[in-house]
Amino acid sequence: MLQIKNLTVEVNGKEILRDLTLNIESGEVHALFGPNGCGKTTLLMTILGYPGYKVKKGCIIFKEVDITHLPTNERVKLGMGMSFQHPPEIRGVKLGDMVNITLGKEKKEADKEVIALARRLNISTDFLSRDVNLGFSGGEVKKSEILQILAQSPEFIMFDEPDSGVDIENIELIGKIISELLDRNKRPSKRNKAGLVITHSGSVMQYLKADRAHVMLDGRVACSGMPDEVTKNIIANGFEKCVELCSKED
Amino acid sequence: MNENTSPDEDIAIERFTTGKEHKPIKSLDEFPEEYRDDILDAGIEPIGKNRAGSFLQQDDSVIYSNAEHEGLEIMGTADALKKYNWLKDYLWKIVPSDMDKYTADVELEHGQGYFIRSKAGSKVTVPAQACLFITSDNSGQKVHNIVIAEENSELHIIAGCSVSHTVNSALHLGVSEFYVKKGAKITFTMIHNWSEGMEVRPRTAVVIEDDAVFIDNYILMTPVKSLQTYPTAYCVGRNARATFQSIVYATGSTKVDMGARAVLQGNNSRAEIISRAIATDHAKIISRSDIIGKGANAKGHIECTGLLLSDDAEIDSIPELKAMCKDLELSHEAAVGKIAEEEIQYLMARGLSKEEATSLIIRGFLNVDITGLPDALARDIKKMLDMCLEKVV
Repeated sequence: MLQIKNLTVEVNGKEILRDLTLNIESGEVHALFGPNGCGKTTLLMTILGYPGYKVKKGCIIFKEVDITHLPTNERVKLGMGMSFQHPPEIRGVKLGDMVNITLGKEKKEADKEVIALARRLNISTDFLSRDVNLGFSGGEVKKSEILQILAQSPEFIMFDEPDSGVDIENIELIGKIISELLDRNKRPSKRNKAGLVITHSGSVMQYLKADRAHVMLDGRVACSGMPDEVTKNIIANGFEKCVELCSKED
Repeated sequence: MNENTSPDEDIAIERFTTGKEHKPIKSLDEFPEEYRDDILDAGIEPIGKNRAGSFLQQDDSVIYSNAEHEGLEIMGTADALKKYNWLKDYLWKIVPSDMDKYTADVELEHGQGYFIRSKAGSKVTVPAQACLFITSDNSGQKVHNIVIAEENSELHIIAGCSVSHTVNSALHLGVSEFYVKKGAKITFTMIHNWSEGMEVRPRTAVVIEDDAVFIDNYILMTPVKSLQTYPTAYCVGRNARATFQSIVYATGSTKVDMGARAVLQGNNSRAEIISRAIATDHAKIISRSDIIGKGANAKGHIECTGLLLSDDAEIDSIPELKAMCKDLELSHEAAVGKIAEEEIQYLMARGLSKEEATSLIIRGFLNVDITGLPDALARDIKKMLDMCLEKVV
């Protein structure tokens, strides 16, 4: 579904991603680990086509289309979506309006569906009429992001720390919905969605059962492996040591 | 702002002639078809549906006035002055006739304008509508409006000022004096629907007595040559409250110098001034706001934000606070800038094009929750605002 080939990316003239290569097949979910500042969010923003992320080398192929230079909304139309870690506040634009937009349906028809989707995330109709992200708590931001993704229902979904700032009770709820969004409740041969998830904690991972995990260091995918093993390794030895051990195995 | 581009330009009043005379109409149905859209765009309901009464002035002639509600009076000011001897005590009481040459000119002309009054104790929750309409080219419309909400009454007004699409150039001078007596409430929602050739100088003051409420909503979305206004609310009574909310979208070469001032004299009085200004093309906006605190425990807040959509446009935001007593809470927040790229990008990540994203952000910016109105009226106003927005964004 997604092929990233030898990608080098600059932000404000500084090289953040270096010769990065990554393949995600249809039906797969990949987890992305790595210390702060290693380039995880930059990778997601580049895949999504944010203008500040300049591709210097390499290319991104999504569903067999070279999207390296497409604007964000064109990429979204092809079937990708993103749950942001720190989305901006937009005064006067209600969360309900945002969900309607992502549903892409006539307003009247959409309204009922929005309420039904919100109910699944325990989101009240009052919350839907609030300005998007304005004064939202950490947990509310995540729920709002996932609600929008739920309405959009993209084939390839990126999650940037969907669990940070979320309380234990809601982590289970969010974890289950993400896993459903990514077809994890279906048999492997029936899974058509794909995902790339950045996370610092293992709590969401237990619901996701990712197929593969990558550790990013200094703008590159430094090592990849089975999620359980990689996680154990990171916990036991830290990111750098984990990469060292991976390299030895190679 | 550059000195020589200030909207506070002198207008040669004598350049404008007296408008044509028009015959009264018996019902709003008789209002000429050709002008119907012009007043519709100013929020006026041409058949008077869901209105407690209507007032319609074309150029200098009052062509229709009718009150459906027994607690309500609507007529031309000149007519009201003939009918009520006491009314002269309300004339030029809070807007001095020697304030400037425009007020002086209005006094000399003895023009019409509307007189709207809700009787003591009557709650007229359905809005009354008043329309001042210009159809003579090169004319000057000079009006004196008086609005009185007697004790414990409630009055909602939708006022539309409009100019015919056939007029190239005209002047509107409007003096308005509002009296909100003890325990009364007035909400006044005004839509200005002018055109590129219009010079507009409204002069407005409001007196708010004990436990009384005045809410002013102002919407300007069409271009105007120049508009200058700075209404003042005197919260003289204990617990008197004033709210000014304005939404201005200035396009073309529009020059707008507008604001609102509240003088908090009464103990525990409150004022809130909220403005949203957008300037595009070559438009220039000066957005003023001023709260003066004198009464004990008075509270005032100013929130003025501006959005600039063109490098050739200007917004000058001037919030002022003056404290004259120690037990006060006065505050302001002001912000002027362009649309944040991050917001556009976020909406694009939900599938909107750049243009769609920009338009949604502008609509959101102008989406002020207008408070204090009865539900049906709030829905009406919201619809009007959407209608106005539809044309510009």
